[in-house]
Amino acid sequence: MTKLIKSGAYAQDTYARVADDAVLPEGPVLVSLARFQKERDALLARNTPVGVRLQSSDNPETLGADVHHFALIALEFPKFRDGRAFSWARMLRTRLGYTGEIRAVGDFLYDQVNYQHRVGFDAWEVPDHFTIEMFNWALTEMTNVYQPSTDGRTTIRQLRAATRKP
Amino acid sequence: MLNTLIQPPQPNMYRYDEFDAQFVSDRVNQFSGQVARRLSGELTEDQFKPLRLMNGLYLQLHAYMLRIAVPYGTLSSKQMRKLAHLARTYDKGFGHFTTRTNLQLNWIKLVDVPQILRELASVEMHCIQTSGNCVRNVTADQFAGATDEEIEDPRPLAEIIRQWSSLHPEFVFLARKFKIAVGATEKDRAALQWHDMAVQVVKNAEGRTGYLVMAGGGMGRTPYVAHVMNEFVEREDILAYLEAVLRVYNQDSRRDNIHKQRIKILINTIGPEEMRRRVAREFDELKRMGTLQLPKEELDRITAYFKAPDFETGLSDEMPEAGPDFANWVKTNTHKHKAKGYAIATITLKTPGQVPGDATSEQMETIADLMDQYSLGEVRVTHEQNLVLPHVRKKDLPAIYARLKELDFASPNSGLITDIIACPGLDYCDLANARSIPIAQKIALKFADLDRQHQIGELKIKISGCINACGHHHAGHIGILGVDKKGVEFYQLLLGGSGAEDASIGTIMGPGFGEHEIADAVERVINVYLAERRGGERFLDTYRRIGMEKFKAAAYQEAAAA
Repeated sequence: MTKLIKSGAYAQDTYARVADDAVLPEGPVLVSLARFQKERDALLARNTPVGVRLQSSDNPETLGADVHHFALIALEFPKFRDGRAFSWARMLRTRLGYTGEIRAVGDFLYDQVNYQHRVGFDAWEVPDHFTIEMFNWALTEMTNVYQPSTDGRTTIRQLRAATRKP
Repeated sequence: MLNTLIQPPQPNMYRYDEFDAQFVSDRVNQFSGQVARRLSGELTEDQFKPLRLMNGLYLQLHAYMLRIAVPYGTLSSKQMRKLAHLARTYDKGFGHFTTRTNLQLNWIKLVDVPQILRELASVEMHCIQTSGNCVRNVTADQFAGATDEEIEDPRPLAEIIRQWSSLHPEFVFLARKFKIAVGATEKDRAALQWHDMAVQVVKNAEGRTGYLVMAGGGMGRTPYVAHVMNEFVEREDILAYLEAVLRVYNQDSRRDNIHKQRIKILINTIGPEEMRRRVAREFDELKRMGTLQLPKEELDRITAYFKAPDFETGLSDEMPEAGPDFANWVKTNTHKHKAKGYAIATITLKTPGQVPGDATSEQMETIADLMDQYSLGEVRVTHEQNLVLPHVRKKDLPAIYARLKELDFASPNSGLITDIIACPGLDYCDLANARSIPIAQKIALKFADLDRQHQIGELKIKISGCINACGHHHAGHIGILGVDKKGVEFYQLLLGGSGAEDASIGTIMGPGFGEHEIADAVERVINVYLAERRGGERFLDTYRRIGMEKFKAAAYQEAAAA
């Protein structure tokens, strides 16, 4: 079993995950990129939220202007060593200006949650034993950061500059 | 002697402020938690592996090995004493300096690692990203800040890169490891062109200082020399440019074949022109966003830590006389310093018969004393697995030499045939196919005669125990690669590689030689060189002029007759 963590709390997953050959149910659906590309017009014509699930080899730029039609983009970690989605999330938030939900799905570790959070993920599909306490701890293990990123956190360089000012 | 010193000199190098200290301390706690989760079984070895590797912890043939970062090779005497203490307390009383200028402890217990990390943090050191598929320890010219050949000391930039690359959220799960080096001289002592990415401080036509960036060099089973990515990046843009290169790599690299996932493969597949185009696009976007711009105040602030020491003035520039052995050592192991009356002294950890790069705790402690007494508290680790006293008064050299002799570290062989790079090989390493250390020892002992070494002149032998090339065999004037043939160790010879500014990839001569033949084969190759060389040619020059044929004929002909 998996559950969803969103905005720092457990959340109900309202999206039905639909296989490529399954009939679309009522309500919000999460489909593969291939299915979206094949049935784009029909999916967008439904008056209900659509999410797309990208494989780690899918560059989100291929979505083009359609990116703004999605309320959810799920980025897949096929194995936790594959770190491409860190760059895809960052790209969605910056170059593509996407403001909807970016959900981490697949095989990732507790130890990656903080990095995911930093580059723009805001939802996590986690295993049952993964608690909110663990989630919060993951985000606070490292007090400060050196790099500016999508999360807009104050960097160590900025903190230093602030301490030097009278 | 040290007892008379109340406070060892604090060298001009980077010092942690409260933020760096907090960062390293947080990281120690984080990793301690990961170790605890592994020991409790919550993490499988498969899950723990990338986490421990990101903290420099390997599982070797016999034990855990911990790789401690020595950023850009710079150590204070306090840090050197701590390393000696750790080797004595948690290991077998010695450590191994590596080609990435790190220190490896070979016999570590997992439960001890959190305590070792805490001790390291107490002297502003860590093991962050000394392994794993992330940006590794940044290396630099070992003569930085001491040589008059440089445009400026490249270490402030190296420190800025160290901070920017430490737990970079986008780049800690790259397709493969990523090594960065910096230099600031025409003469390349840091093997820049062999790096995934390298930065050279340069001046443009208008005389402005900036950075040349290259990428795509690398060893391993498919060696490549780097391509220039950008001839001149403005100072304030450098992090944006480096981030752009890493971003293209993270997005576009293959992930389906571990042997084809270094940036060198990406660049040579799509071509350097296409790579430059993709990087330029990311770079433009990063520049527009402006968040990675490096303000002049920040560069100045970091640079101030590395301020040139107050060198004594009025010293004589004459080299003291202390007998022929000393004169030999001065000839090979000292280098011109930028201050009058000073020299840069290389301590080769390569006395024939010794394990290249190894030092005992006692030797490290004596070197720490020498650092305090004679080199303003500072030492450098080189990628050739040697140490350098960067700022010594020439008049102190005889005393230093005498002390090094007692340590058995006074071989006058820097850059000569017995100054061999060797990876740990099958004596330690899980990945190795063959032993490297005994081959290095055998060759060094064969050529131990000093007159003969000096007669041969500059010659770089580099030995790897497997195709991963940690011993830099592709970049050796003579490279040696250990291979396994049906359970028997064989050694292939490569000729013509270089890790310097004239970088080139060595050519494999042919089938390997047996463990007992390889040193003789090297000797026959050297004999061809001595017979063929013209004027002041180095081995490498002669090889480049006459090619492989004669060397090959000699190496195999007599092997067959033997």
